[in-house]
Amino acid sequence: MDRLHHAIKDVHRLDDLAARDTPLNRLPPLAKLVSVLVYLIFTLSFPKYALTGLLGMGLYPILLCALADLSLWDTLCRGRSVALLLAAVGLCNLFFDRAPVLDLGLVVLSGGWVSLLTLLIKGMFSFLAVYLLIATTGIEAVCTALRQLHVPRVLVTTILLTYRYIVLLLQEANRISTAYALRAPGQKGIHFRAWGSLLGQLLLRSMDRAQLVYESMLLRGYHCGSNASAPNTHARTGGVPFAAVTVVYCLVFRCIPVFELIGNLF
Amino acid sequence: MDPILDVQGLSFRYEGGHEGAVLDGLSFTLERGERVGLVGCNGVGKSTLLKLLVGILPMQQGTLTVGGLAMNRKNLPELRRKVGYVFQDSDSQLFMPTVQADVAFAAENYGYPPQEVADRTRRALARVQLESCADRPVYRLSGGQKKLASIAGILTLDPELILMDEPSAALDPRNRRGLIRILNDLPCAKLIASHDLDFIYDTCDRVLLLHHGRLAADGSARELLRNAALLEQCELELPLRFQQAP
Repeated sequence: MDRLHHAIKDVHRLDDLAARDTPLNRLPPLAKLVSVLVYLIFTLSFPKYALTGLLGMGLYPILLCALADLSLWDTLCRGRSVALLLAAVGLCNLFFDRAPVLDLGLVVLSGGWVSLLTLLIKGMFSFLAVYLLIATTGIEAVCTALRQLHVPRVLVTTILLTYRYIVLLLQEANRISTAYALRAPGQKGIHFRAWGSLLGQLLLRSMDRAQLVYESMLLRGYHCGSNASAPNTHARTGGVPFAAVTVVYCLVFRCIPVFELIGNLF
Repeated sequence: MDPILDVQGLSFRYEGGHEGAVLDGLSFTLERGERVGLVGCNGVGKSTLLKLLVGILPMQQGTLTVGGLAMNRKNLPELRRKVGYVFQDSDSQLFMPTVQADVAFAAENYGYPPQEVADRTRRALARVQLESCADRPVYRLSGGQKKLASIAGILTLDPELILMDEPSAALDPRNRRGLIRILNDLPCAKLIASHDLDFIYDTCDRVLLLHHGRLAADGSARELLRNAALLEQCELELPLRFQQAP
């Protein structure tokens, strides 16, 4: 029950963060979206052993966190499930790739370890960039920006409705589990015999509510061709310089081995 | 002048329903600006009727005209511009992140220019006295504020007819009184479905009494809501204000 409650709070927290007035929030959504896409492309393009080069890409999310007035540690903690998933995937490399590729002096890391670390870092950097985009822009504005990039309307609508449906699903799950817990005192979790009916109820009730929300949208003129978006409450300037700086930053750290050059100086 | 709503011989049956027609040959009209209550016991078809009037449920039998427009697929967008529907559950009606974004939703979808959307949103929020909550996230609103935000969401289109499903449900006395005052100040026609007969008495001049999918009575709220025998026959009770204390 607590976990569901926290999940709902996390989604609402994203909406709250998007409504703040920070330097990053004030930037145009399209510029932020393009910048994050560029950053993702460059970050994910690093080869699997390019650990030192990849580390340079970490400056960008750190800077974004500062601009968004968010704690880097808190933001990182929100991606722990992503990190766990990536670690699970990368663990296989330890067994198949044992050739030494990185000599740290006292320790020599095998290819498996380096590729595991690279995968983890790539994943966490990507998570941070996307999280910061949503947390400083809001899903509605991101979807509007996606439309401006000519992403198919059906795809954008699906993203938007999925986001809304997740909240409904969590709310219904929370209600059901609360109702169960109140009538099953002292029981830890939900008994497996009740899983089937509760899941069925959850599906039916969340579908029912999703249908109501959709009807409400239809009644207020929504159709797949609609272009509704959250109204701009902040002045939106500085998009082009921000996107340009991002592109230059990504090009520099992707094409020039900055850390190696600095290391060679000493 | 044409009535804002003209319903003739309306019947409806849910697919796979074993209990026959929910609505059976219903006929009535609503004049512009008229305030009408739709009352009846549970399952009598009040919500079904409201959903038919905005095209959420498909027409099966009978005719339906709203503001001179026949109910059909082609007229549906224009018809929905004329008719605002306030859901019983405000949580299902409010889906945008902030109150302002939700209230602006309809005006944006109908293609008004941004300045016009902003003006309509501001006016709608002012009419329900919710200006101070414009930037607040929807989930932070109280039940009463959510109801008002739902109403503001349909007022942006200046509807000629407002349909409301149990508007007073889950409201405390103060919010209920506030809602009555706001509804009575709205000049458009209203069709309000409710079990709360005191609320109907305070907001409506005329009452349609449904029973077994048919119109059991159609008349003045002052008279019908004092008719204990008729209400009893339709499985309802007198409004609390007319009931004698035990």
